[in-house]
Amino acid sequence: MIKSMRRHWLSIALISPSLILLGVFVYGFIGLNINISLTDEVGLNNSNANFIGFENYIKLLDDPRFHIDIFNTIVFSLTFIGVTLALGLGLAILIDSKIPAEGFFRSVYLLPMAVSFIVTGVVWRWLMNPATGERTSGLNLLFDVFGLDFLINQWHLTPTWGMLGIAVPAIWQMSGYTMALFLAGLRGIPEEVKEAARMDGANEFGIYRRVIMPMLKPVALSAVVILAHISLKVFDLIIAIAGKQIALDVPAIYMWQTTFDAYNFARGATLATYILISVALFVIPYLIVTNRKEKV
Amino acid sequence: MTAVDDLITQKKVYTERKKPMTPKRFGMKTIQYSLLAFFTAFFMIPIYVVLVTSLKPLREISLQTMWELPSTIDFTNYVLAWEKLAPSLGNSFLLVIPGAIIAAFLGSINGYVLSKWQFPGSNLIFTLVLFGMFIPYQAILIPLVQTINQIGLYGTIPGLILVHVVYGLPIMTLIFRNYYMSVPDELVEAALMDGSGMIKTYFLIIFPISIPAFIVGLIWEFTSIWNDFLFAVVLTTPDTWPVTVALNNIAGSQIVEWNVQMSGALLASLPTILVYIFLGRFFLKGMMSGSLKG
Repeated sequence: MIKSMRRHWLSIALISPSLILLGVFVYGFIGLNINISLTDEVGLNNSNANFIGFENYIKLLDDPRFHIDIFNTIVFSLTFIGVTLALGLGLAILIDSKIPAEGFFRSVYLLPMAVSFIVTGVVWRWLMNPATGERTSGLNLLFDVFGLDFLINQWHLTPTWGMLGIAVPAIWQMSGYTMALFLAGLRGIPEEVKEAARMDGANEFGIYRRVIMPMLKPVALSAVVILAHISLKVFDLIIAIAGKQIALDVPAIYMWQTTFDAYNFARGATLATYILISVALFVIPYLIVTNRKEKV
Repeated sequence: MTAVDDLITQKKVYTERKKPMTPKRFGMKTIQYSLLAFFTAFFMIPIYVVLVTSLKPLREISLQTMWELPSTIDFTNYVLAWEKLAPSLGNSFLLVIPGAIIAAFLGSINGYVLSKWQFPGSNLIFTLVLFGMFIPYQAILIPLVQTINQIGLYGTIPGLILVHVVYGLPIMTLIFRNYYMSVPDELVEAALMDGSGMIKTYFLIIFPISIPAFIVGLIWEFTSIWNDFLFAVVLTTPDTWPVTVALNNIAGSQIVEWNVQMSGALLASLPTILVYIFLGRFFLKGMMSGSLKG
């Protein structure tokens, strides 16, 4: 920091455009959204909305569609976060152990990060084509050709468990990124630490289990928070693969439809607040933990 | 703070001697390379299908032969996809270029102030700014659409630019603040001694050495604005649709054949893929700063 006796007004003036914009667009709008969620605002002519307290919040808890959303979000999040973490860590370990052409593999695994969920969805909906018999195509056809018939499935059109199909392209998109996070963590561990463990007679597997894994915990925590953040608001990927289907409904799609198709602003705002709360449950403890560590 | 991306891309220095190739080690290596090859296939499969399908002549297009190579290279699919997507690709560029530049410039100013000109409470302000990175945008969507509508920017590209600039500010501020933290204070102090003020110092000293941070910031903004769907779908009308919305629209329709959709998918992602291929290092750096402190 510059030790100058200058007045601070210029500093504040310089950042004030950004601060005003963020104040309005982030904090102001969150407030307005909560405000709408506490009313019965419906339709485009909203001059006569009444304050009704938490009625919308309570009503949603009895809404069968919201129950489907919660079930789908849990199925999707657990699968997506679990597999992506495991795959990310596995790929990082594979790549970290001195291989030639490391840069090539890294680039290939990270490539999906450059494309949008919409593009991913548009392509994967054809790969996950559930047609059977003569019309079999996509990955099912590939499984058939390689004699892996037991893998042939209905993907996102599987009854009840369709979200498992949606998780496949999401995993494809995010596991390279998770690999990069773990790779940074692995390479941040000094070689001496591993060397010392080796001296003590630990084998490679033991070093990973006892020395490296515990040191990767902070990275794993970041990864979980980032992936949870993505999965709780998943939207464009499902839209691009399947459009709006009740079987693959999630809170973000319900919110979008009820708000912008049905003009039920109050319910849309309530759903939005539920999404915000679910994300905050992950993010706020994370921010507190990271901040505390910074100060030490 | 260590540059995380340097950790990822650095070549490791190994002190140990090369181990002899025992059968056990040979087995391990075989497994390792098989896994690497398997995952390369997993990540490349969609890209293979897109390329192969988009280059086939129309008579070879069939879902049942989607894995087969084309007999000749034919660009008809691209012509058809281009006809459908050209206006929206134009919109995307009109959106992304000013959006990325404005967000990066404002982020640079914020980063300069919050690193070199801190004032009482500036750390709290930084934390409050960062919070904007973590909100699910659904939580602000309804008031956002209402406000953009009221100020007459609904359905316009400037309206969407404004929105992307605002929600890009937290990460841009983070990237530039972290970058300027590593710039020695003496540099700024020397400029002040020479009689430059705070703003003149920014333009004479700080801005010229910010090029690496600008590349990272611009790439991040370019990619995230280009790939955005949510803001675009609620704030634009068909004539201002960016390419993500237009692509989703042709994918959802029964009239547009899947081969055209595949070519469209490639056209829609070509700009960001080219950035990734040619500026991958900076791309990675931006992604890592997206994970907060790395």
